[in-house]
Amino acid sequence: MSDTMISVEGLGKRYIIGRERNGSDGLRHALNDLVTAPFRRLRNRQSAIGNRHSEPFWALKEINFTVATGEVVGIIGRNGAGKSTLLKILSRITEPTEGRVRIRGRVASLLEVGTGFHPELTGRENVFLNGAILGMTREEIKRKFDEIVAFAEVEKFLDTPVKRYSSGMYVRLAFAVAAHLEPEILIVDEVLAVGDGAFQKKCLGKMDKVAQQGRTVFFVSHNMPSIKRLCTSVILLSNGRLVRSGSAESVIGEYLRENAGNGAAVELADSDHAVHSPLKIKTVEVLNSKGTRSDVIFFGEDIFIRLTVQAEAPMPNVRVGIGIHANGVRIATVHAPAVDFPGSPQPHTFVCKVAADALLPNFYSLHVGAHSIERGGLDWVPDAVDFRIEPVGTDGSDDHDHRDWGLISLNALWEADLLAVSVH
Amino acid sequence: MEEIIIEPGRGFKHYWRDLWAYRELFYFLAWRDIAVRYKQTAIGVAWSLVRPFLTMVVFTLVFGKLAKLPSGNTPYPILVFAAMLPWQFFSNALTASSESLVGSANMISKVYFPRLAIPTSAVIVSFVDFLLSFVMLLALMAWYQFIPSWRMIALPLLTLLAFCAAMGAGLWFASLNVKYRDFRFIVPFVVQFGIYVSPVGFASSIVPPKWRLLYSLNPMVGVIDGFRWAIIGGEAELYVPGFLLSIGLVVLMLASGIWYFRKTERTFADVI
Repeated sequence: MSDTMISVEGLGKRYIIGRERNGSDGLRHALNDLVTAPFRRLRNRQSAIGNRHSEPFWALKEINFTVATGEVVGIIGRNGAGKSTLLKILSRITEPTEGRVRIRGRVASLLEVGTGFHPELTGRENVFLNGAILGMTREEIKRKFDEIVAFAEVEKFLDTPVKRYSSGMYVRLAFAVAAHLEPEILIVDEVLAVGDGAFQKKCLGKMDKVAQQGRTVFFVSHNMPSIKRLCTSVILLSNGRLVRSGSAESVIGEYLRENAGNGAAVELADSDHAVHSPLKIKTVEVLNSKGTRSDVIFFGEDIFIRLTVQAEAPMPNVRVGIGIHANGVRIATVHAPAVDFPGSPQPHTFVCKVAADALLPNFYSLHVGAHSIERGGLDWVPDAVDFRIEPVGTDGSDDHDHRDWGLISLNALWEADLLAVSVH
Repeated sequence: MEEIIIEPGRGFKHYWRDLWAYRELFYFLAWRDIAVRYKQTAIGVAWSLVRPFLTMVVFTLVFGKLAKLPSGNTPYPILVFAAMLPWQFFSNALTASSESLVGSANMISKVYFPRLAIPTSAVIVSFVDFLLSFVMLLALMAWYQFIPSWRMIALPLLTLLAFCAAMGAGLWFASLNVKYRDFRFIVPFVVQFGIYVSPVGFASSIVPPKWRLLYSLNPMVGVIDGFRWAIIGGEAELYVPGFLLSIGLVVLMLASGIWYFRKTERTFADVI
């Protein structure tokens, strides 16, 4: 007996979108259509609702995949790719237009935290209500009540109405109820986007535990590190189609390639910084050998990376660093020599030159940061800017996919009796 | 482990089993609506007794003392209250359930559970109010030292009939309202119109005999007549053909309501 938990065949979901007629879906129009239907059929015209003002929109088309027991499947894709629609179909919230899904096992979905929570009811009452909505019996909820409350850390506030909770407490309680469902298949949609760092850590930890218990998990997120950490396989959706599936590394790599639009020069916003201190990296730019900003560098050209850094207070012994990433892996890190920042409001410029033939044609992402021995990490911006190195057909080798060759290019010298040149 | 197949048009074969699995949800949703009603009020749940009590007092004053309408041996307030009881149940249930799906739009688009639980729990909430009003009716009868007849035994069955009528109409309007929001305005009109057309303020015996059967096309006529017959006793007669017609219509309304609800349920999440 196969242990396939979920099998999806030829799944498609179509919506009819169109211009709204004045007011809601007109009852008048529907009645009109109902009455004129026999006459329309006589004249062989198509249904008015299908034709006028409307067009079909396929949110999902020809989706095929299978999931075995115990897998943790990540679903990634741009906004509007169809991820939530897929989850809704798997959760039986909406029906597919074509295709079929076979599921073995109880499904519980967390598409939103706190569904069904009523602000006027107390925390205790909402735990029961939410649990019942998610499919638990009263017995089950009573049994797990203490665990749920302990996970959410809201013991003291159980008997106050939920409308008085802070958003953090609200989200913790909501997630706690859902986390204690014991389904065979758990479906989670971007709920980690809500909540602070501690909460996200807790959520990931819980999902990890669920996965280790051998349950199947479907996880939609834009947070690549958590996808990489949890998922045994990843599916990439684009415009409603399944573009790629496979290991986390390869699929995320493809996704990042598709979306490398973060080109060449970025002014970093406050939210991009993961560490905060008086020192801040303000801009990151990638320049080609002519000194102009470019997100494409040809193999063989020098690469220049320019940073502007500002420190509001004097900082001694600062080393600015750049991490170079490709294929989801940190290939190399380069550090500037230690400098002392005087603490003036004026930003200082750093330019780093990377020898061109060191990196093979590929898609790259730069992470930038600064640290000092005294204070540790001063600033850190992951995924600050992207660029790519394009192959150049000088020696006829551009018909190979250079990505197969590795990540870096080594300066190696050859000696052979057929060659005229000698190494010594 | 059971295998579930999700396909267009299949409509979830396991629906009725799911309803049983989710049976506690019916209770929780009804409990939620009732609990929320009285949150942050001073006298709390006592309000659910106060309302029918005040209605009863008003009836006694207006119909009994002020209007001094003739009512035979039965005190007028009891005559009217006996009809108000099922009518209030029906109109509250109809109003609550027609709005229930749209009001739970958020849950419908984010969680799976048998959607039938939503309008049903709205009717259950109205049923709880019905029970409390019934208690008030008993108090009224005690006040007037009115002894009810043995026909009161039929009340549970008649209550079931009223429940089915409320559910049938409720399901129709609830599902229609999801797609055609016009029904938000149609329902209050139906209720307002209905209270004059149904034998609440008057007895259906004043309808001329040749129109009686046609009049019974309003399903609530049979239900209200039945209630009057059971509660008042001796004087109230039951027009049997009309009553049977009403029962038939109620059953038809309920069956078709469930059918239409199940048919459109699969598009709720997309349309709501």
